[in-house]
Amino acid sequence: MQFVSYSFLLFLAVVFIIYYLVPGRFQWMVLLVASYVFYLFSGPKYLIYIMVTTFTTWLAARQIDKLKKQQADYLEENKKTLSREDKKSYKSAIKKKQRFMMLAALLFNLGILAVVKYTNFAISNINAVINLAGGQPIEFVSLILPLGISFYTFRALSYLIDVYRNTISAEKNVFKFALFVSFFPQLIQGPISRYSQLESGLFTSHHLNLKRVSFGLQRILWGYMKKMVIADRIVVGLTTMTADTAAYRGAYVLVEVFFYAIQLYADFSGGLDMAIGAGQIFGVTLPENFERPFFSKSIKEYWNRWHMTMGSWFTDYIFYPISVCKPMLNLSKWSRTHLGPVLGRRLTVYLSSFAVWLATGIWHGASWNFVFWGLSNYVVIMISQELEPLYRRFHQKFNVDGSLLYKVFQIVRTFLLMGFLRIYDCFDGVITTWRMVGSLLTTGNWNILWDGSLMQIGLSMTDYIILAAGILLMFIVSMSQRSGSVREKIHAKPYTVRFVIWTALFLAVLLTGAYGIGYDASNFIYNQF
Amino acid sequence: MKHIRILRRRILRFTVSAIVICLLLFLLQRLLMPKYSVGTQDGAMIAEYYNDAPKHNLVIIGDSEMYENISPLVLWENYGINCYIRGSAQQLIWQSYYLLEDTLRYETPEAVIINITSMQYGEPQRESYNRMTLEGMRWSTSKVKAIFASMTEEESFWDYVFPLLRYHSRWNDLTEDDFRLMFSEEKVSLNGYMMQVGVKPAENVPEGRPLADYTFSDVSYQYLDKITKLCKEHDVELILMKSPSLYPYWYEEWDAQLKTYAAEHEIRYLNCVNNDEIGLNFQTDTFDGGLHLNVAGAEIYSNFLGRWLQNEIEISDLRDDGELVQAWNSKAADYEEKKSEKYRELSEQ
Repeated sequence: MQFVSYSFLLFLAVVFIIYYLVPGRFQWMVLLVASYVFYLFSGPKYLIYIMVTTFTTWLAARQIDKLKKQQADYLEENKKTLSREDKKSYKSAIKKKQRFMMLAALLFNLGILAVVKYTNFAISNINAVINLAGGQPIEFVSLILPLGISFYTFRALSYLIDVYRNTISAEKNVFKFALFVSFFPQLIQGPISRYSQLESGLFTSHHLNLKRVSFGLQRILWGYMKKMVIADRIVVGLTTMTADTAAYRGAYVLVEVFFYAIQLYADFSGGLDMAIGAGQIFGVTLPENFERPFFSKSIKEYWNRWHMTMGSWFTDYIFYPISVCKPMLNLSKWSRTHLGPVLGRRLTVYLSSFAVWLATGIWHGASWNFVFWGLSNYVVIMISQELEPLYRRFHQKFNVDGSLLYKVFQIVRTFLLMGFLRIYDCFDGVITTWRMVGSLLTTGNWNILWDGSLMQIGLSMTDYIILAAGILLMFIVSMSQRSGSVREKIHAKPYTVRFVIWTALFLAVLLTGAYGIGYDASNFIYNQF
Repeated sequence: MKHIRILRRRILRFTVSAIVICLLLFLLQRLLMPKYSVGTQDGAMIAEYYNDAPKHNLVIIGDSEMYENISPLVLWENYGINCYIRGSAQQLIWQSYYLLEDTLRYETPEAVIINITSMQYGEPQRESYNRMTLEGMRWSTSKVKAIFASMTEEESFWDYVFPLLRYHSRWNDLTEDDFRLMFSEEKVSLNGYMMQVGVKPAENVPEGRPLADYTFSDVSYQYLDKITKLCKEHDVELILMKSPSLYPYWYEEWDAQLKTYAAEHEIRYLNCVNNDEIGLNFQTDTFDGGLHLNVAGAEIYSNFLGRWLQNEIEISDLRDDGELVQAWNSKAADYEEKKSEKYRELSEQ
């Protein structure tokens, strides 16, 4: 079931009514049933995957928790008889068992993700090698990719690791845990929330709070605006250009960079607005995933403001564990001695960051394009980090720190840099992407930017006007967000003003949204992640 | 007390807001919906039926081979038949059935003629044609069932319930007519007849291509059975008809199936393709090279049909009904005026 569908709106309305009609202690059950019904719409065969992930993670976390309790009880009972060494050795044995449980569940679930998502990618790479050797290629396998598998797997694994780390206690009720994994607003494209963030919202009872519900609905409406008015309109022009790399080269690539940046942001953040808004009407606060990323002044800052829940997941569960694992500490020690303190200190950071960006690339998709995209980000961030002292000196010398013009320059620079890195996503193959970016310098068709050629890519003047208005509105809202919640600000206005604002937005979506027959509305880009 | 006052104010505010939004949506919907009477007129006729007094003794249901080939005025003036054509472009057999069901909610004519050209289609065809047939129908279970039976894969039921969702982007194509005709469309037909006056002789009419399978689909038969059953239940004389037309090709195999069906169910089947008795000349009586008849051809064909109905089913002559006579006198005047106007326009071209 797509967020942009009549069936979703009807579904949401039905769940909403039932949710607030049943007694508070049953509300989470309503959400659980609704989430599974929601998932069922994507195909009954997918259900087994999410159920297996849910059950295995829950079971492993319970075992880890039991071991924790067993350890506490044992140490308490025998605190007088056990020596310090005995205690240490007992704790170590328990930790080993816990680690085994955690790793078993983790590898099992990552294994499922790897098999369904990356088998054919692996086969295509093996076939490339076989072709070179003149052998018989392996046939591709037909595997179903369950909806939102990357998102729910990561959610489940964060819970498992948090229980292992003793950050949270394991949930005793498997059905409650199933709701955390499958909560329908965040099921298909995130955010990748943590158990500690959702626990109270999901399992405590909620009374109907009109302000909260209307804020939730407003957020959903804003998401629809981004998705239907901007993303699904601009995608027509983008698809026309990227589908024909022979015709649309040179300056068109620059247009694609702009179009894709806008489409991806409007699509993904619009979907997240809908998810967060839907959560809010049930009293569940989902974590934010974007914080005006296009206002970032550096790549590092950009990644702290774009897909934030994914970024923090990789930091918490890949970067830190790798940085502090025993081999890495040994390597750090060795490198400081043999390579000097500067390089020695950085080596572990480089390696841990490399792992994070490689994983980020692979997580985004089973293709070399994504791998290169992830690693390109890594290279750019590392170079920026190394050049930081140089930048500082430049800022001091030319006294540009705090200058508005320089800030604008930094924002535009970051936008363009990220845009060109993101373009890997648009083309079929890494070489094609490089060739297309290279054509910017060799084709010299800059006149297409003003000679009317951009009217021939499936977008009319009306489309451009709607897009310009939509983007301007997004910009104004982003600017206004800097000083606090826009909905709160509107809420503080007199009723008539509020009514006019929200009705105007509703009618704008209704009339200028790219939906229905005649529009090939695209799915959310992040649905299949 | 204060609490009640606040609650009362909130309820009032909510009610007024809801009314304003509904009103806005209603006005937008009226504005954005296509005005068929000044555009594709074929889409305006289904709705016009409800404005005519339900006293018809003959109702004709079918596609353009009906509403462009038969002149109800000729049937009235020469045979006293008060006929209405419930026609729409590329009307499918299940749409004919639901239109029949819809018609029988208002009146029970002596006879119903169903055009069987649509038997060749076993599945929904095009959204635009569906719209032209279904939008004009008044809401009823028949309309709901007709929508579900007709929808192509890309269509949604809700788009029929709230046409604003379908036509939301028409704001870019609005004309003065959209504002002028927001609440009432202009009349385009005379009892469902759409007059055409041009002449385009039939030349080089292509032969039918051989088909892999000539058998009508199960769905087509299923709805033909339903039509037959419904007519029997309401004691209405059912006539299956193939209108005179040179193209699209009407295969002998199709004709044979319908003959068999008619014989088995004891109903009449009138195939007017290549019927010399009618007296049509496809050099002068067609406006589009043999697909449909112009007004001259329609009048010739209607005379044949009137005679046939009198002879075969002894259909009543209603010319002694004062109310109908009065109504038809007015319609005849409109008809003649329209005819002269169309001929004048044609001569000016």
